[in-house]
Amino acid sequence: MLRASLRQVSAALKEGRVTPTELCQRCLALIKSTKFLNAYITVTEETALKQAEESEERYKRGQPLGILDGIPIAVKDNFNTAGIETTCASNMLKGYISPYNATVVQKLLDQGAVLLGKTNLDEFAMGSGSTDGVFGPVRNPWSYSKQYKEKSVPKSHSEDKESDWVISGGSSGGSAAAVSSFTCFAALGSDTGGSTRNPAAHCGVVGLKPTYGLISRHGLIPLVNSMDVPGILTRCVDDAAVLLGLLAGHDPKDSTTIQDDFKPFELPNLTDVSKLSIGIPKEYHAPGLSSEILALWSKAADLFKNAGAKVVEVSLPHTRYSIVCYHVLCTAEVASNMARFDGLEYGHRSDVKDSTESMYAATRREGFNDVVRGRILSGNYFLLKQNYEKYFVKAQKVRRLIANDFAKVFRSGVDILLTPTTLSDAAPYMEFIQEDNRTRSAQDDILTQAANMAGLPAINVPTALSERGLPVGLQFIGRSFQEKQLLTVAKWFEKQVQFPVIQLEEVKRHDNGDFQHQKSASFS
Amino acid sequence: MRVLSLGRWLRAGLVLPGGPASRHSGDRHSGHRPQAPPQGPAQVLLQQKVSVEVLEHLEQLALVDFRDSEGVERLQKAIQFADQLHEVNTDGVEPMDSVLEDRCLYLREDDVTEGNCTKELLENARETVEEYFVAPPGNIPLVKLEEQKTYLQGSK
Repeated sequence: MLRASLRQVSAALKEGRVTPTELCQRCLALIKSTKFLNAYITVTEETALKQAEESEERYKRGQPLGILDGIPIAVKDNFNTAGIETTCASNMLKGYISPYNATVVQKLLDQGAVLLGKTNLDEFAMGSGSTDGVFGPVRNPWSYSKQYKEKSVPKSHSEDKESDWVISGGSSGGSAAAVSSFTCFAALGSDTGGSTRNPAAHCGVVGLKPTYGLISRHGLIPLVNSMDVPGILTRCVDDAAVLLGLLAGHDPKDSTTIQDDFKPFELPNLTDVSKLSIGIPKEYHAPGLSSEILALWSKAADLFKNAGAKVVEVSLPHTRYSIVCYHVLCTAEVASNMARFDGLEYGHRSDVKDSTESMYAATRREGFNDVVRGRILSGNYFLLKQNYEKYFVKAQKVRRLIANDFAKVFRSGVDILLTPTTLSDAAPYMEFIQEDNRTRSAQDDILTQAANMAGLPAINVPTALSERGLPVGLQFIGRSFQEKQLLTVAKWFEKQVQFPVIQLEEVKRHDNGDFQHQKSASFS
Repeated sequence: MRVLSLGRWLRAGLVLPGGPASRHSGDRHSGHRPQAPPQGPAQVLLQQKVSVEVLEHLEQLALVDFRDSEGVERLQKAIQFADQLHEVNTDGVEPMDSVLEDRCLYLREDDVTEGNCTKELLENARETVEEYFVAPPGNIPLVKLEEQKTYLQGSK
């Protein structure tokens, strides 16, 4: 049951084959036994069970609120959740109990979803490995899968078996790990530079970044106001469409949401791709792309071609500057957004009392980790009067060039772009931490963050397992606000590749296999 | 499936010296050290180190500290990285603030629709008196700690 898709389990709830409380309890038990993944910061056991009970009442009366009623979900810990601690994995907000729900959280709760808890992330969503939060790193559930263990070189007894585990990607690593390990059916992440798609690729789940302006950011603790979006993580593309339908739409509390009417949609089962034009941006063959992923990308392109679609090579000439541009704009906006943390109204407050300035400085010194402080200082540097034109305005101009690149390609008749999501499969933690956060982010975000620059929708679809037995995903980028087309193509692709289900011991124990899961006829 | 079949789709292709194909020599972690992006002409220019005055100024503006020489190094590297922007020709290009610049920002009616949540707002603050947030005395300039001065000087 836990391995079912959202729609399957929703049908089961409606038919009474399982009750919301049963489902909730099983998920909570699984969370407990997968605690070593460190995917959750806060598990809201009591409120979850209460929500499940209320949902059960509704099902008994035959009045469920909708498809999401009674479904356990998890939310990244940078979304405000009323009455529940929201930390952003930082000392600055430890103990901060939000007084309100973020709009997206409220929408989920209004639909009857059961909130299991808040998931782990990189501190303030800055990072690409979910390794830099104060609650520790998130472990990729695939590190414990049969598929990975089979391919691992057996270690000698003296070495610690524990150090084998791989990162989950970031910064929404906790959410991705939670969905991947079946502890919830969907999770919310946030995506500023690839923070939803990167962990989705490493954890083998679907990660959707909607168009900027489609989903409300009210209540999402901001990182970069002009690029942040709430991200959706699910196990299949249909589920992502369901969630998108419930979350998208104008929010008067977020004036950057567009006012156009949003109509939720059901994804058609595409059989004929001959009218589709797929673009392969050559610059995404970035330095460092592993040969495995290159091969997979090529195979995917062939798949579309053989099915009758038009596959063309396209060029996005400013791709290699997008990460530099992102670096400048991100640090600049971060410098501004982090200014609100002074200890006065909420969050950590230092004991220093000599003056306001010294209290602020001490609070921020104690509350932020190296990564956050580094970005604030860099951002302030780029915003200095003498540097403003040279760096910040320049980066804004480059941003326009990048957005124009995409516009040009889409105008030339290409419908969807197909690119890799990450440069390689998930790295072992011990190797990942050899380089610092900024270097890693610059390396790992290279393929994902141009979509954030241009505000375009993008989705990671898990494609195949690498030679090490770890998931690899491919990314589809669509036109602004054309999520239906994007998801339709992604769904078709998902069906073709038949990505294998993760085989975890813990899940086998908690699940009684009512649902047939797909046979692993893998794509690679 | 051969790696090079992507060549069908990537005519020009970015083939860098020691590209991905040659790096896979059977080492199972070899895929995890992506090469640094190619260095442009801007890198060749002598990098000026950030002066101590600017570092101190930044600490005052940001109200966070560099903490140690590593922090200062981080900034240097960040600036170096950002300098690559100068390779791009942006003549005649307008800066882009938002991807939604072609649309009108939503403005609602100036009616009071919510508020009166003093209690909730004060709950999260550590020091309050009645309905006030309490702050230490202001208008006192930040005093530089001696040990911070040393490493900032050291970076010169």
